Amino acid sequence: MVPKGLKRFLAEAGEIGRFTARFFNEAFKPRYEIQELLRQCYFIGYNSLGLVAVTAFIMGLVITIQSRPTLVEFGAEAWLPKMVSVSLIREIAPVITALICAGKIGSGIGAELGSMKVTEQIDAMEVSGTNPFKYLIATRVMAATLMVPILAVMADAVSLYGGYLGANIHGVVSWSLFWNQVFETLTYSDIFPSIVKTFFFGFAIGIIGCYKGYNSSKGTEGVGQSANSAVVISSLLVFVLDLLAVQISDLMNFT
Amino acid sequence: METVINIQELSKSFGSNHVLRHFNVQLKQGQNMVVLGKSGSGKSVLIKCIIGLIQPDEGKISVLGQNIPDLDHHELDTIRARVGFLFQSNALYDSMSVRENLEFPLRRHRATLGNEQVNALVKEALENVGLEHTIDMQTSELSGGMKKRIALARTLILKPEIVLYDEPTTGLDPITAKEISTLMRDLAKKYQTSSIIISHDLNCVKIVADTIVMLIDGFCYAHGTYEELGKSQDIKIKEFFE
Repeated sequence: MVPKGLKRFLAEAGEIGRFTARFFNEAFKPRYEIQELLRQCYFIGYNSLGLVAVTAFIMGLVITIQSRPTLVEFGAEAWLPKMVSVSLIREIAPVITALICAGKIGSGIGAELGSMKVTEQIDAMEVSGTNPFKYLIATRVMAATLMVPILAVMADAVSLYGGYLGANIHGVVSWSLFWNQVFETLTYSDIFPSIVKTFFFGFAIGIIGCYKGYNSSKGTEGVGQSANSAVVISSLLVFVLDLLAVQISDLMNFT
Repeated sequence: METVINIQELSKSFGSNHVLRHFNVQLKQGQNMVVLGKSGSGKSVLIKCIIGLIQPDEGKISVLGQNIPDLDHHELDTIRARVGFLFQSNALYDSMSVRENLEFPLRRHRATLGNEQVNALVKEALENVGLEHTIDMQTSELSGGMKKRIALARTLILKPEIVLYDEPTTGLDPITAKEISTLMRDLAKKYQTSSIIISHDLNCVKIVADTIVMLIDGFCYAHGTYEELGKSQDIKIKEFFE
């Protein structure tokens, strides 16, 4: 007999799969909700800019400060910019950005759509001649898919700047030397896979947030649950996708 | 008088809960019909079936000559432009201002209207409910009664031929409830609409109803005017009117 928990997990995964299939079926057919898409890009992208920048800066700074003693021990302090840049660009900046977005965007979308559902706003939209799936879901998923990579690229730059400041706390590395070393080290195979995976992170965050919010029930209690589970599932999915991305880039000799 | 809504043998169940059982009713043009029934008796399900938000299990729902369950999305949208729906919770969009809430159905159903025409219709809708000054307010700044009025203005902005009201006075104080009921009656007269009103509020029923249908155990248990049903000696009917 299949355990109850596994059964529930498989049923939920199936529902999310069906929801995703509906997204691809409806999102690319007219009528296109361009204005709402731009509005969502502004909310998701611009409003997350500060939080992502601060987090990326601190991560760059901290990673550099923490890595330095080990490299000094091996007499390889000069490699600090190289090592820090690879770890930040390949892994830390994209994943941290995705996790911040999962928390901020995922919960926001889950709670907003959940409360729209329980207050009949989604029904009202349908009655007003609007396909709520296109207007609410497609725009939010697309906005998250487009904005997370842009935020991740910005996080790359800011975290490297944090790394530069970190390298200068206990040592002296000139501005030009730091950036020369960074760009000498980084190759196409470091940058390209890390940007590509952020599109998948953004899509996962958007689709889970929307799925949870759109299927919210049980009144206001359900709204809280939607927001909460949107964050938990999308954060977990970010790690799963990251693992898959690393395996795929490994297979394609990108590592 | 022409029949604008004709419901025949409508049934709807949720699992083992049979909400509507072979329900029949007709709404004539210009008529205001109140559907009375206990909570959970399927009144809201009935009007959501009429607007196509819930698919019935069986039966015919003819609205302005078209059978709702047979319509595709496009045809349903065309009918919905002619039928207004006032939600119990008002369903005003939180993220939009009063103006944007009122513009929303116009931009969707009457995409060819220019900005000037849209502004004129928004202004007229707000004048009808006496809330012109709220045009640039956010919906979160409005009181319960004001929200209901704005929702009513949004429902009527497309000048629908039929209006469906889902418990329009629930959660309002008796004075505001009376004002809303009077407003509904006056606007129905002004725009010559036909309406189905779901309500428990006898004061509201008295003001707006031309005819009353009692929905009990999923059936149309009784129908008649307020006076006729008020005089009934049937225990189930008396329960409501006492």
